[in-house]
Amino acid sequence: MKKPIASKIFDAGNGIFLIFLSFITLYPLWHEISLSLSSKAEALQGGFFFFPRGFTFQAYANVLSSDYIWVAYGNTIFVTVVGTLLSLLVTSSMAYPLAKRTLPWKNVWMTLIVFTMIFSGGMIPVYLVVKELSLLNTLWALILPNLVSAFNIIIVINFIRGIPEEIEESAMMDGANPIRIYFSIIIPLCKPVLATLALWIAVGLWNNFFAALIYLNDKALTTLPLLIRQIIAGQQLAEETGQLADSSTESVIAATILLSIIPILAVYPYLQKYFVKGVMLGSVKS
Amino acid sequence: MNGISSVPVTRTKPQARSGRHWREWGKHKYYFVLLLPGLVYFALFHYWPMAGITIAFKDFRLLEGIMGSPWAGLKWFQILFDAPDFWTALRNTIIISFYKLVFSFPAPILLALLLNEVYHSAFKRVIQTIVYFPHFLSWVILGGILFSLFSSDSGLVSFLGMKASPIMDPSSFRGFLVISEVWKDMGWGTIIYLAAISSINPELYEAARIDGGNRFHLVRHITLPSITNTIVILLILRTGQILHVGFEQIFILYNPLVFEVSDVIDTYVYRLGLTMGRYSFATAAGLFQSFVGLLLLLVTNGVARRMGERGLW
Repeated sequence: MKKPIASKIFDAGNGIFLIFLSFITLYPLWHEISLSLSSKAEALQGGFFFFPRGFTFQAYANVLSSDYIWVAYGNTIFVTVVGTLLSLLVTSSMAYPLAKRTLPWKNVWMTLIVFTMIFSGGMIPVYLVVKELSLLNTLWALILPNLVSAFNIIIVINFIRGIPEEIEESAMMDGANPIRIYFSIIIPLCKPVLATLALWIAVGLWNNFFAALIYLNDKALTTLPLLIRQIIAGQQLAEETGQLADSSTESVIAATILLSIIPILAVYPYLQKYFVKGVMLGSVKS
Repeated sequence: MNGISSVPVTRTKPQARSGRHWREWGKHKYYFVLLLPGLVYFALFHYWPMAGITIAFKDFRLLEGIMGSPWAGLKWFQILFDAPDFWTALRNTIIISFYKLVFSFPAPILLALLLNEVYHSAFKRVIQTIVYFPHFLSWVILGGILFSLFSSDSGLVSFLGMKASPIMDPSSFRGFLVISEVWKDMGWGTIIYLAAISSINPELYEAARIDGGNRFHLVRHITLPSITNTIVILLILRTGQILHVGFEQIFILYNPLVFEVSDVIDTYVYRLGLTMGRYSFATAAGLFQSFVGLLLLLVTNGVARRMGERGLW
């Protein structure tokens, strides 16, 4: 079938627009990469950075020689890894009993969980609870208050309901109790859905700024987002980045930013389709 | 909670019922062991804070705790409604929210429709991979990038014909908030619409083509009507969030020069409560915000249902 001319014009225009949009999306990142690889003098001059000017790794060398970036990296990795594992564990251990239609008071538990999706105590009451539990100034404050979301529980419940009953029943016959079944059968079978959720949770924890801002007030506990914020805000700039005289702060900020998103940049192209799958999982329910 | 009193009552005799009831609990004991850690989590970090909302009606003192502090009635709400700062924050919240609703809500819908018209699948995939990406960057990172991109000497500011950096200029800061949000999340937002579009029965398009419909007709009469329900549901959810305009974005990007046009309720609550320690006052402001959000959610859901769309419930 031959396409009408108007249709071809539209295709061309659409293609050009989408390419332009991609350019706008990528340029800020490219600018930041170029800036981080530019010399102090060039970075200070400003202007467009289509390519690094006065190419040097000096900014990276300076950032990596500061202790804080390593502390921040360590803390962020701890929070991301422990937080993700714990979250998956509690999410799935709630979802399994709730997937049983015979569970007493099932609707009560579900209502209590779903209600948290539309109403919350708010910033200050949650802060006071975290304080009351002596979690202020611990990395647990970044993990526990948002450990599990009602949304994720519902996704896992739906997944577990799709598992054939016979698999569980035959294990029951062999005398396994539900806790053993959960660990030896349910978790392994839920791997696909848990892996998808893990990506989401991990990115959220890696990027988590708000909790770090309000709950942490100790240099040894800084995380990457907090460190970047502090460097940008120029607080204690001299102190934290005292050895940075050789490169401008512009390129140092750029280098810090890139160092903190390298893990995301590295995995994104391979994992993109799984992230997309995650959205689909959610949209089926909502 | 209200939920507990509304347990479904079975239609058996009381004694027989409670006997069977307890046996049911016993049979499920292992399931409750699994459920317990999660229930403790919800109790501690969701329901305890909800009880903590009462400090909006109390003179909260740290030493006396939530329970021990004396009641203060509606004092804090009175003070709140008399505070000019609060009205500034509320006005900014509504204005920024309105801009975001008008511009950043429809953007992913339009982009999804455009992406759907691309037949070259490799090209489409590349574009999708690129436009989804900014969603994964936090506002802290984006803030850093935007600051250097839009600093007065970056070249971009004069290239775009702006007199001053939009980050420092009260007249363009709100626009900057909206555009940067569109830039970050427009691509990602298309996923849900593309999913809805991909579930449309291809025979509908076939039939329309045979009837002589062109591409525009197909979009107008098949694609759009098929995703209307998705749009309505997302719109309802969005309305519930009207007083939450994105704490992180604004907190990262705002500065004293644009304070007057960008202090919103979230940042107001943060400042009062966590930097000034006025817990009761800030909780009152936060409660007002949650309450209005819940109300709007109910109203829009009702309106949507009245108009014959499927709502959230």
